[in-house]
Amino acid sequence: MSILEWMPFSVLLPLLAAPVCALLPGRFLPWLLAMASVTASAVIMAFVLPEAVNEPMRYFFGDWPPPIGIEYRVDAVNAFIGLLIAVMGTVILPWGRISVNREVPQRQGLFYALFLLSFAGLMGITLTGDAFNVFVFLEISSLSTYVLVAQGRSRAAPLSAFRYLVMGTLGATFYLIGIGLIYIMTGTLNMVDLAERLPAVADSRAVQAAFAFIIVGIGLKLALFPLHRWLPGAYANAPSAVTVFLASTATKVAIYVLLRLVFTVFGIEFVRQMPFAEVFFVLGVIGILFASIWAIEQDNAKRLLAYSSVAQVGYMALAISFVSVAGISAGLVHMFNHALMKAALFMSVCTVIYQVGSPHISAFRGLGRQMPLTMLAFVLAGLSLIGVPLTVGFISKWLLIETAMADGNWFAVVVVLVGSLLAVMYIGKVAEAAWLRPAPEGREPVREAHPGLLVPMWILVAANFYFGIDTRLTVDVARRGAEMLMGGSP
Amino acid sequence: MDWLGHFNYWVVIFLMMTGFYAVIARGNMVKIIIGLNIFQTSVFILFISAGKIIGASSPVLEKGVDLYSNPLPHVLILTAIVVGVATTAVGLALAVRVRENYGSIQDDQLTEEEDGEPHT
Amino acid sequence: MKTNGILRVVTRFLIPLIMLFALYIQFHGEYSPGGGFQAGVIFAAAWILFALVFGLDEALAVVPAGAQKVLASIGVMLYATIGVLGVVLGGQFLEFTPLIPGSPQGAQQAGIVLVELGVGITVAAVVMLIYTLFADRLRVVADLTREEID
Repeated sequence: MSILEWMPFSVLLPLLAAPVCALLPGRFLPWLLAMASVTASAVIMAFVLPEAVNEPMRYFFGDWPPPIGIEYRVDAVNAFIGLLIAVMGTVILPWGRISVNREVPQRQGLFYALFLLSFAGLMGITLTGDAFNVFVFLEISSLSTYVLVAQGRSRAAPLSAFRYLVMGTLGATFYLIGIGLIYIMTGTLNMVDLAERLPAVADSRAVQAAFAFIIVGIGLKLALFPLHRWLPGAYANAPSAVTVFLASTATKVAIYVLLRLVFTVFGIEFVRQMPFAEVFFVLGVIGILFASIWAIEQDNAKRLLAYSSVAQVGYMALAISFVSVAGISAGLVHMFNHALMKAALFMSVCTVIYQVGSPHISAFRGLGRQMPLTMLAFVLAGLSLIGVPLTVGFISKWLLIETAMADGNWFAVVVVLVGSLLAVMYIGKVAEAAWLRPAPEGREPVREAHPGLLVPMWILVAANFYFGIDTRLTVDVARRGAEMLMGGSP
Repeated sequence: MDWLGHFNYWVVIFLMMTGFYAVIARGNMVKIIIGLNIFQTSVFILFISAGKIIGASSPVLEKGVDLYSNPLPHVLILTAIVVGVATTAVGLALAVRVRENYGSIQDDQLTEEEDGEPHT
Repeated sequence: MKTNGILRVVTRFLIPLIMLFALYIQFHGEYSPGGGFQAGVIFAAAWILFALVFGLDEALAVVPAGAQKVLASIGVMLYATIGVLGVVLGGQFLEFTPLIPGSPQGAQQAGIVLVELGVGITVAAVVMLIYTLFADRLRVVADLTREEID
């Protein structure tokens, strides 16, 4: 079998493993199956990426070519995001096993089955070339994510999951309305066909309304300010493994769908006619500033990082709002880098919660001496989030500032710098408690975490520095992907 | 404009706004789920009415019929209905869990921020 | 409702008809309106009617909760097996033509009937499972707390 024939199995393997996983007894077997299928998915994507960068790969399901059948169409952007998701899944699952044993002691077969469905849904959204298929996979991943969030141990977990469900369903339905309107106008759902037929009807109100519905729908999934209300609760109350996985993958896939639909399907000409750049610029700027300030106000470390995620989505929106190859590649690079740093940050905070039992920043006091490896990982990943040179955060901020300066937009440069200062404050808030404050009196000395928790965390921290120095994979592939996105059909 | 000729869109818009209001009014969780259902139903009608061709037969091969309605929207909406059923089931299950944890399903009176501490 | 004579008689009369109708929808779905989703829901409706009239315990004696879970997974696996069979026999995923060499029409028919059967089994089992979980919630909570005490 050629790599093209293997390509759809990066979605199918986890999808097919899920029902088997649901029936497996005990704790080890479901985890092993989940781990095996997610790793296989990552390996397939690693082979797909070099091929897809040169020429898009097309796979017809059931050998029915479009417009009758559904095709998977993978180019540099899909393959890049797909590889990112699969690798994050492969790193997070071994880390998650220990925390899941504590937080979801019973019926782990079902837990891992849901995890696999969520993973397969995200991979499916990324690889498919059919606009309605995106909706189906979006709902597969979202529905399983709602249930996963509700497995958290806090009293509020089902409430957060419910609110996430309401907002997520509204978002998906808005997206469906948009797809319905463009289907009525063009008679096709295949993204490439849509890109060919939409310019002819671009002046119609229905297509413009469809554009607005799709943007709002994906904006809800993306947690773009001011549609982010579901995100802090869902991240703060979900089980640790789910939080780390969501923070590093779910919003990234939503950004990808946005880019694909806006730039490939609707096309650059259409976007220039609509007030897309202005809206994203304003929302991005407000998102960066407000969410960062809210992050500083939080006392719960998980919630603090969740607000920081909303701010980071603001950076991506800001990058996209330049509507240029440089801007989109900056957005794609930041997406990759944010996945690395946010996963490392959430892992270290969740490790502390695992050892100490509380997410409150007051509980972090004195942990610098008691859990030096965990807290050092937090500080290093935090430096990356702030954008210190030699880290990935520096690369993405540098690209973003470079784009803004080339555009002559000094205001954006100032906002990015102010956002970094605010990041210093909220990361510093946790780091100060951990390293400079004495441990609270009367607390049992906390021991360093299990190596199974530390090794994946430090792999991610190392990746934060490796990709901060060697930018060949990220910047070059992202630039090629941005060119493919902007150059009409992929 | 042909107001009556587009009556299906008026139905869609009416249902959509009704459902949307029930969702954002943030009252009882069961009402929110009913609102979501109405909201989704409006989209189903949007798709299905778009597939209808006036004067055409149902899309089953038969002798003497050459004008068929478009079957694709029905297939798409069948999938969307299944998604809607699953969403309703998950939403109601979560409402049951919220009731067990808080003793209430008034969404606007509950807060998720009071604790991040594990309670079990 | 077990004691109401009219309900008992009418239900006993209706359930086989509903099941037959479900099977009709299932196996004629390839040529006329119908298919696995609809058939599965109708089939499950017959079981839910039985549970409503004769009680959940009686209904669970016919299809236990464990069997519902297993059936839900088996349906998906049947679908998946047919899909992967297309790849194993040298085609694409979900390509039915290689299933019966030499008869593309028969292969398409066999493929879609089997795939829809998988869908039908899963949907019926999942709808029954949803009903069971909601109807049985109080007992499940009691069991869970007992497990925690143990």
